[in-house]
Amino acid sequence: MATYSTNEFKGGLKIMLDGDPCSIIENEFVKPGKGQAFNRVRIRNLKTGRVIERTFKSGDSVEGADVMETDMQYLYNDGEFWHFMHPDTYEQVAADANAVTDAAKWLKEQDTCMVTLWNGTPISVTPPNFVFLAVAETDPGVRGDTSGGGGKPATLETGAVVRVPLFIDVDEVVKVDTRTGEYVGRARD
Amino acid sequence: MPGTEPGSQPDWRPGADLDTLRLRAALLARVRAYFSAQGVMEVDTPVLGRGATTDPAIESFVTAYQGPGSREALPLYLQTSPEFFMKRLLAAGSGPIYQLSHVFRNAEAGHRHNPEFMLLEWYRPGYGQRALMDEVDMLMAQVLPGDLDYRPARRITYRQWFADETGLDPWVDGPAAFRAFAAEHLASLPDSLPDDDLDPWLYLLLTHWLEPRLGEGAVFVYDYPVSQASLARVRRRPLPVAERFELYVNGVELANGFHELADAAEQADRFARDNRCRQLTGQSAMPVDRRLLAALGHGLPDCSGVAIGFDRLVMLAAGATDIDRVTGFSLARN
Repeated sequence: MATYSTNEFKGGLKIMLDGDPCSIIENEFVKPGKGQAFNRVRIRNLKTGRVIERTFKSGDSVEGADVMETDMQYLYNDGEFWHFMHPDTYEQVAADANAVTDAAKWLKEQDTCMVTLWNGTPISVTPPNFVFLAVAETDPGVRGDTSGGGGKPATLETGAVVRVPLFIDVDEVVKVDTRTGEYVGRARD
Repeated sequence: MPGTEPGSQPDWRPGADLDTLRLRAALLARVRAYFSAQGVMEVDTPVLGRGATTDPAIESFVTAYQGPGSREALPLYLQTSPEFFMKRLLAAGSGPIYQLSHVFRNAEAGHRHNPEFMLLEWYRPGYGQRALMDEVDMLMAQVLPGDLDYRPARRITYRQWFADETGLDPWVDGPAAFRAFAAEHLASLPDSLPDDDLDPWLYLLLTHWLEPRLGEGAVFVYDYPVSQASLARVRRRPLPVAERFELYVNGVELANGFHELADAAEQADRFARDNRCRQLTGQSAMPVDRRLLAALGHGLPDCSGVAIGFDRLVMLAAGATDIDRVTGFSLARN
């Protein structure tokens, strides 16, 4: 893998730090008028998602990380692994719970997710920003109440629990923003 | 990406909007009015010089002249500050002088850095560093927009500043003590700082600990470690210090001043020491400006000089956090 000098640092660059693949979020060049230059960098650990700050002496080099972010179709879960397929090559990969984490509750078969691969192995999965999921369980709908005020919890087909308006019934398909976990509307709206 | 930039504004446009360019023009006019009223002469020295700074932390751009008068290609260096030429004018009897000049430093680009930028530099024969700090305060108050309400800067020695913020003394404590403080208080330590050299640790704490904690307002830091004297005079007693000062406003380094070194032999020693240090770290040695040394040998009047980063002054006046917003054409748009 290539090495990168601090001069090549920019948002999105993937580098190895302490044995983990990381992505640069922000790179700041810091230098007194007379004196040593540094690069002060905010970095996301792609395995843990944690954001850390690191300082490099300007001109130092770090090892690049073989990281690819690729859109893949979610196929199924076999109880241990979540299986994804590349839509063009039909190549399949299996992601474990460490990679899928909270995304699991939004994964619906056939949906396209962004899978982050490190040396070909999935290390994280990002669900689509919006998903359409059927309501599996909720209190009976209150007819005529379309105000959306108040609301009630609903368990969706994937197991996610979302607050929905009172008029939503079982089997209705709702649109949810996976970034906030909030109900956005009914599928037919 | 050529042709576009985030926000899909075409990239031929300047980074500074027209209001900022007008503000920049007004600041230039006020600077000139200030010095005109003070009887300080404006000068205009070459951007290309045969001599270059030897400072290991500053990289010069180099080009070469070929043509009449030069049998072989003559290396010429884009000046990183107009200091050498201005000191030759002072030695020739110019009296107080100022200059607004474009200067060039390779390997520097960021929110507060651009490889080409403008310095406002001036020299006052007969002034020590305190008198020049007084004048910097006066100029800032007159030049900056009134609504910024510039107040004379608080003054603190470099030694006291480090004592207040770290409890350490750069004149007493060694690199290990500063490394330990950095390890305890900073998010991370760079891998490759040497264990036997104090200055890199001082610069690390300066940029990562002391400067960010300066807060709002103006501060002069003065009396620097001798190892950071640059072209400043060294005062030997009671503790050896370099008669050098820096002005920070809202935590941003804005100006650097010296009670100027006038001793030609000591200046030659410092150039040679810089070049040895450069060669140890794989940098090329820089050609020493022998005409500057000759001018010092002839006699530089006792004087102090200071350089203000003019683009950063405009950033302060405009409330901008990125130098690209005040320069028009930073490297990214060049």
